[in-house]
Amino acid sequence: MKHYEVTFIVDPVLSGDEIKAAEKVYEEMLKNEGCTIVHVDEMGLKQLAYSINKRSSGIFYCIEFTSDSGTVISKLELALRRDERIMRFLSIQLDKYGIKYNADKRAGLIGKVKKKTKGKQEEEAKPDSSRQSASKAPAAPPAPAPVPAEVVASEPVEEPIVDAVEETTEE
Amino acid sequence: MASKDDIKFLSNPTIGKQSKKYCRFKKFGIKHIDYKDSDFLLQFINEQGKILPRRITGNSLKYQKKVAVAVKRARHLAILPFVTDLLK
Repeated sequence: MKHYEVTFIVDPVLSGDEIKAAEKVYEEMLKNEGCTIVHVDEMGLKQLAYSINKRSSGIFYCIEFTSDSGTVISKLELALRRDERIMRFLSIQLDKYGIKYNADKRAGLIGKVKKKTKGKQEEEAKPDSSRQSASKAPAAPPAPAPVPAEVVASEPVEEPIVDAVEETTEE
Repeated sequence: MASKDDIKFLSNPTIGKQSKKYCRFKKFGIKHIDYKDSDFLLQFINEQGKILPRRITGNSLKYQKKVAVAVKRARHLAILPFVTDLLK
């Protein structure tokens, strides 16, 4: 029992029903061949990094399935190659980590990989926040200072005079 | 009144201290690299779309090989470009 994953790009010019039909064809085909379909991931319309067949976007589908024998793959690939609706395809065999990764992704843990990188960014961000809080603590005493300044601004007539008087007295 | 933040160094104290490179896959326990995750793979290619060497990314040999395979698969599916300029 081996896990496989086939990703293919469907031509975006087709209508919505035709696209779904194109995907269903291969799902049915795999079922008829005695494979059990684990999951069908519809990744939707995506911009391509480079144009294929003069198309700049495509609809991505990913079918994960298990099969007892690998003979299905050659049949599937032949069918994909003959189909004009399919722009590109890639079929791979998943190892145990890949199976776990896909299961986690489906469970909403959204790819360990992404989380870890986000966690790393958070770790990097945390010292900044602690620094900010540290900077806030010393900043707290100067913080009240602008408040009287605003008071001064709101009452420009009286306060500056007082200040001036004080300065003159100090001098 | 001068707090710690106000103190300026004549020379930057962080210069010359190289933080040691590490393999992020080993450190964070990432076992599988998804070729469909373009945002993640972008970390391992330069702005021309070339795969960065191990001496820059710090990946261990085992995972650098997996990264390379994932990037190549992504290229085949037009998730990543083969050649570009100003990718980042």
